[in-house]
Amino acid sequence: MAEYLIKNGFVFDPAQKIKGDVADVAIKDGKIVKSVEKPKVIDAKGMTVMAGALEVHAHVAGPKVNIGRIFRPEDKLFTYRPTEKNHRMEGGFSIPTTYKTGYAYARLGYTTVMEAAMPPLFARHVHEEMRDTPIIDEGAYPVFGNNWFVLEYLKNKELENVAAYIAWLLRVTKGFAIKVVNPGGTEAWGWGLNCLQVKDPVPYFDITPEEIITGLIEANEYLGLPHSMHIHGNNLGNPGNYTTTLDTLKLAAGHKAKNKFGREQVMHHTHIQFHSYGGTKWADFESKARPIVDYVNKHKNITIDVGFVTLDETTTMTADGPFEHHLTELNHLKWANADVELETAAGVVPYIYSPDIFVSGIQWAVGLEIALLSKDPMRCYITTDHPNAGPFTRYPRIIKWLMSQKAREEQIKAFKANDKVVNASEIASIDRELNLYEIAQMTRAGPAKCLGLASMYGGLKPGQDADVAVYDFNPDKEHKPMEIEEAFSEVKYLFKTGVPIIMDHKFVSEGRKRTLWVDAKVNENPQVVRDVKEKFLKYYTVTEKNYEVVGKHFIPNPYAIEVDATH
Amino acid sequence: MNTVTLTPKAKPDLYLEVDNITPDRFAGKTNEEIAALHLYEGSTQHALGKFFDVAGSSGPTAAETKIVIKGDASRLKYIGMKMTAGEIVIEGNADMYVGAWMRGGKIQAKGNVEAFAGTGMKGGEIQIDGNAGNYLGSAYRGDWRGMAGGTIRVKGNAGSDTGYFMNGGTIIIGGNVDVHVATHAEGNGKIIIKGNAKSKVGGQMVGGEIYIFGDLEVPMPTFEYRKDVELEVDGTKAKFALFEGDTAERHPKRKGETIYGKIYMKY
Ligand SMILES: [Zn+2]
Repeated sequence: MAEYLIKNGFVFDPAQKIKGDVADVAIKDGKIVKSVEKPKVIDAKGMTVMAGALEVHAHVAGPKVNIGRIFRPEDKLFTYRPTEKNHRMEGGFSIPTTYKTGYAYARLGYTTVMEAAMPPLFARHVHEEMRDTPIIDEGAYPVFGNNWFVLEYLKNKELENVAAYIAWLLRVTKGFAIKVVNPGGTEAWGWGLNCLQVKDPVPYFDITPEEIITGLIEANEYLGLPHSMHIHGNNLGNPGNYTTTLDTLKLAAGHKAKNKFGREQVMHHTHIQFHSYGGTKWADFESKARPIVDYVNKHKNITIDVGFVTLDETTTMTADGPFEHHLTELNHLKWANADVELETAAGVVPYIYSPDIFVSGIQWAVGLEIALLSKDPMRCYITTDHPNAGPFTRYPRIIKWLMSQKAREEQIKAFKANDKVVNASEIASIDRELNLYEIAQMTRAGPAKCLGLASMYGGLKPGQDADVAVYDFNPDKEHKPMEIEEAFSEVKYLFKTGVPIIMDHKFVSEGRKRTLWVDAKVNENPQVVRDVKEKFLKYYTVTEKNYEVVGKHFIPNPYAIEVDATH
Repeated sequence: MNTVTLTPKAKPDLYLEVDNITPDRFAGKTNEEIAALHLYEGSTQHALGKFFDVAGSSGPTAAETKIVIKGDASRLKYIGMKMTAGEIVIEGNADMYVGAWMRGGKIQAKGNVEAFAGTGMKGGEIQIDGNAGNYLGSAYRGDWRGMAGGTIRVKGNAGSDTGYFMNGGTIIIGGNVDVHVATHAEGNGKIIIKGNAKSKVGGQMVGGEIYIFGDLEVPMPTFEYRKDVELEVDGTKAKFALFEGDTAERHPKRKGETIYGKIYMKY
């Protein structure tokens, strides 16, 4: 493989505590190396150099995303970008085509992306779409929080069986981590109910969200998985829900991470913006970002991603079926719902976060407050819960808001009800401006550590994968807010595993994307084997053989992370 | 007003996407520049000049520019898309999306137009001397934002799904309409049908008005008779029976009064 030397850029690499020093980055055989002999030289003078960024939570592949694509043809209107050299046609805004997903992440400097909710029964579909998403390495989180096996084992306090079932499911679905969505609530939705508090009982199973969350944290650490239990808590999106969120976060207390990957958290709470609301109804809706962030700041065994509202027309989609039904009743726009037998469900509704509506403005403020009040950027990550709070293609705009108080002031001024937004939040009084080192922590080093992938990704240390992004942005110069957004909208150069993907803003290759999954070895467990067999015979409409994700068709280039959880 | 005349040279193999044929794009350009504007034939980009002779001259602004398509336009999609001012005259028949997302100015189609004319239209005027296809003055596939303003006048008949998701503006049809009129309509759009209508008129209608001068073959059971009213509609004074619905739909309240979709049937 060829050698490359990215010369004289301003390097931001929290993995090595490099804060914008002018330095060279050498690449050989897919890895970062100390030095190279006859490299192709890339002049990065006056530019910003970072590792490839990591996405911890986005909905980019699978049946739910595809429902969105199918029932929102209007999302593609006027968005097509025709075929070019090394580059297929792109289309879509909030629910882009698989090809656009790959290209658009690459253009932003992202090289690894996690699909946040894989219904196990449709794992094959998820993998087929990931296969068709070029360039970026991807993994997917199977959803466990409403799964009948999990609910039954946890009800009987059978930790070893939960762990064995999780290991089995990760292996057959080629999944990466334990995802929990509205624990118990989605199952309750099948009975026309929901779980809005952590102590609300799940019908039939007679278990509470609290027990599901705690049980899955224990199972996760019993297995020693690279990532932690990854939760979308109960009561999402409702005024006054911050107390439910605090109750959820408190469940991490007393648990300690046990793994060989350098991960420190036991709970990752996703899109916490949607869970940090005060008030009792929409009329007195207000931000409760501060109590949430205060709690997270003090507890090192918790990480969060934000789920910034980007003020766009977008498509909401979640395994939180009851929430989507609630949403369509609010905005009267079209609604799709799907049940996934024994496992989960999903709903999809278009949504417009309008700067003219004060609730949208407050949601925008809540997201930014969370990031700006956060004391440890290594534990707080940039996401939009794509496409729920906005499309991931808006990350450069979020970076602009985080780095420039002036940009935030301009947006506040543009809100129709700006006084209401200012009164119901503290965004106007925050003068913190994040620097590029902190942005690199929130998008590179932090997510890599949180996912247990810090040895491969998120840094520029010799030995790490050569995922490198070069932005045409000189951190020594004064910038207008818009220039920040423009610079981070399109990398000038991008390397993925040492392969040049974008050179001088043009795609030169689609690389060789990998699918990451976790292969956890556990003790033989005849009971779980028997239970799985029985459920397939009794309830599933497919056979076990037609369930498993196997073969090159689904995963042409797998990358298994092995965990030994035999006890 | 200056006039640019486009004369089709040969019938293309595939349908052409000609959203660049608007007074906005032509204004201030020489004929060579106009001929160099692009269009799509399938996935292939061509210069407009490959398919049209360009004569006459454009005005300095869209408002001062008139375009005449002299000949068959039945393989041209998106004529006048998003235009804001000026005029287009289509001498033959035209394909889909005539005047889609139009904001101002005037289009006259002397023949028939295919489906989706005036999709998402916000302002201006479309006059169709022949018949209109399906989805006249509607929303784009999947969208809930249909025609919001402007006027469409059809001398002949219209196809099915006229005014689908209509939110405003006026559609006047001289002849008959096929099934589904003003489905999902909301706001204050107005559809006047001088001829007959078939069925599913006003299905899932939240707001807006439909006037039918002729017969309605199968009325919706979810519309209720309210009263008789004397009205002048597009120059015709007559007595109408007012029906309100669709009662199976949600209906917003304004000043304590529930807003319904209205169907006026001429006696
Ligand atoms: Zn999500």
